[in-house]
Amino acid sequence: MKLPGIVRFARLSAIAIGVVSAAAAVHLRAQVSYDRILRASAEPQNWLTYNGTYNSQRYSTLAQVTPANVSRLELKWVVQNQVFGAWQSNPLVVDGIMYVTQRPNDVMAVDARSGRLFWLYRHTPSPDAKVCCGANNRGVAILGDTLYLGTLDARLIAIDARNGKALWNVEVGDVKSGYSITLAPLVVKDKVIVGVGGGEFGIRGYVVAYDAATGKEAWRFYTIPGPGEPGHDTWAGDSWKTGGASIWVTGSYDPVLNLTYWGVGNPGPDWNPDQRKGDNLYSDSVVALDADTGHLRWHFQFTPNDGYDYDSTQVPILADLDWRGTPTKAMLWANRNGYFYVLNRETGRFLLGVPFVKVNWASGLDEKGRPIQTPQPEGAPTWPGNQGGTNWYPPAYSPRTGLFYFSAWDNYATIYRKETAVYEAGKPFYGGGFTVLAPTPAAPTAGIGRKGPINNWTNEVGKGVVMAIDPQTGQAKWRFDQFDVTDGGMLTTASDILFTGGREGYFLAFDARTGKLLWRINLGGQIVMAPITFQVDGRQYVSVIAGHTLMTFGLRD
Amino acid sequence: MYSFGYKERMRPSLAGAAAFVLLTASPAFSQNIQDHTYTSENIVAGATIYAARCAGCHGPNGDTVAGVDFRRGLFRRAVTDDDLVKAITAGTPASGMPSFVFPPDQMNRLIAFLRAGFDSSGPPVRLGDRARGRMHVEGKGRCLTCHRLNGRGARTAPDLSDVGALRAPSAIQRSLLDPTAGMFPINRPIRIVTRDGRILRGRRLNEDTFTVQIVEDESGRLMSLEKSDLREIELAKTSPMPAATTVLTADEIADVVAYLASQKGL
Repeated sequence: MKLPGIVRFARLSAIAIGVVSAAAAVHLRAQVSYDRILRASAEPQNWLTYNGTYNSQRYSTLAQVTPANVSRLELKWVVQNQVFGAWQSNPLVVDGIMYVTQRPNDVMAVDARSGRLFWLYRHTPSPDAKVCCGANNRGVAILGDTLYLGTLDARLIAIDARNGKALWNVEVGDVKSGYSITLAPLVVKDKVIVGVGGGEFGIRGYVVAYDAATGKEAWRFYTIPGPGEPGHDTWAGDSWKTGGASIWVTGSYDPVLNLTYWGVGNPGPDWNPDQRKGDNLYSDSVVALDADTGHLRWHFQFTPNDGYDYDSTQVPILADLDWRGTPTKAMLWANRNGYFYVLNRETGRFLLGVPFVKVNWASGLDEKGRPIQTPQPEGAPTWPGNQGGTNWYPPAYSPRTGLFYFSAWDNYATIYRKETAVYEAGKPFYGGGFTVLAPTPAAPTAGIGRKGPINNWTNEVGKGVVMAIDPQTGQAKWRFDQFDVTDGGMLTTASDILFTGGREGYFLAFDARTGKLLWRINLGGQIVMAPITFQVDGRQYVSVIAGHTLMTFGLRD
Repeated sequence: MYSFGYKERMRPSLAGAAAFVLLTASPAFSQNIQDHTYTSENIVAGATIYAARCAGCHGPNGDTVAGVDFRRGLFRRAVTDDDLVKAITAGTPASGMPSFVFPPDQMNRLIAFLRAGFDSSGPPVRLGDRARGRMHVEGKGRCLTCHRLNGRGARTAPDLSDVGALRAPSAIQRSLLDPTAGMFPINRPIRIVTRDGRILRGRRLNEDTFTVQIVEDESGRLMSLEKSDLREIELAKTSPMPAATTVLTADEIADVVAYLASQKGL
């Protein structure tokens, strides 16, 4: 049954790049070696990692779709999600086959030209699985012929990419204690690296690497230092044991430095910093870990002793810049705390920090990038609010325009309250709560995800902005204001298009240089992930998930 | 071109910083559901019970269980305080909510906290008699001159048939006492000038970056407009509704609050 499809696919793929020999067809179906992932930018017809390439720029050299013809994009196919809930998955595309996850822990292999399924793998998470913010999964990683899936019940599963059968399945964390995995794993060399979620359940976070072939643990880095380790004294008493610092967004990798970079989540309990006095390392930090050993090379903490849920779980974008006349291996980071940062990714040295939205939890940053905190009086609003100035949705960077693109929440504030949280394994460990600042008490407000098609909270409680920041200054080169807030991720291309979307359900294409809106289409459901682009049979496609539907666009013939 | 007349000062809505005590706190509470005053003198009690026993599933803001939103007074089935007591005491095993048996005084504080929609910044809330409330709404309050309720009345102001499911009693009371302060953003009267100079007045039903959907006052029609076709969009800062105190007594207002809070739609 399956054989004709595979043969046909191999043949069509071969034609796609103009090679017709049988040997070449076999070659095309070759495994996704580490070397291919390393050079992913050289095969832009594929989308091999969560963010496309190890530097996480979400920049594609495909340029068939241009500002001049983008309005000729038309719908080619859809896959409808059979499981409801925000669909945050990022698809991979490998030689004409798309691998995409859906809630809670399904993986689908899809013909990237037609949307027809080859197979569906289903893992049913343990009923003990708990996540704060929805049964999300953000995608798989691939190495060789194997896909890697992190699950809501904190397991890592290796799946045969050809038939959707599990190869091994290991426990990454204790599901009963609130550990989970929502991120797409990161493959480096012969290892698959994941991190654990559960920052609202009093976990102690870690990044952990497994042997990709066997599932044997290779190394583990705790995001909260244990007794005797540097940084342990940044947690008062026993608070380190339940301090959260989860990892729920995929990291980046610099092969020259052999460092993986991970954004670390909020400390717990979320809203009561008095219960965990100290800086609470490495919560709300970026950590640079040796890819072979997991040893910490450096760290930079964005928000010490955070009481605002300012997870630093943004995607670290790696870019090589001319910094004040010196070629610099930089890291670009728009943080949930409202500041845009430029760091030196070799050393972790702070180079620049500029607020991109209204900020009042800090009055500024010192010369080392440490915030000068200005906690607001009880009952007074804090900017940015709990969901942050931005959040987990992937940004993009174009080496052509030199601009950093991301979604921001502007004029959005919350009022926090502290309570004493009592730890109980696997139970919520909040330490308070928050209310979104609204012009009228109890008026509808924006929260995690959109709850319906009617925007009755309006832009008076905050609005979404597509922001294009010049890393040299931290200032916006252009911005595009939306009416609702947005969780849209970014994709940019060598034809200087920026693709994104938002909660309103519009799929948007901008001139990446000027911010001019080139094209829009109403997809009728919230876009809470970034688009991807790929090419099959010589045709460039752009895929985006809106609501419960994955839609793939291509140019009209 | 696109001018908003927003109020400059945004009012914070506080959650959980106050507690309530029922004046009617007594074992007879569950029978006496028609006239409650939820004072703000002891708010910490209700909020603390909530944080300890309810927030784990219902969330810090009372909105993490589908179909339930405590800040808005949205419950799955409960209409009266008595219904709430029953729902909490019995639980709903099918959907995973266990039974919670509280002593009456604690139950009363919890109910008060829910009824106040987590809002401690407002004045105490008083619920009077529902039947009398209906009389005032349809009679001397003249509410149906602008509002619609269960198929009767005008359409220029929001339909109130499900206001009890959308707003907590405290919010309903606030709207009656100070309509401008209680007006939800979406309900601000809108004035639109089209590119060809036509003036439209009405109320927004929905809006996004590129379009706005309104019900137009004069014709009562639904209109969806592209913003790029409009010369001007203006939102009124103030509500055209007079404060209820200009036509109703304090007791009558409490009756109206009780009646409207019971309107949960069909």
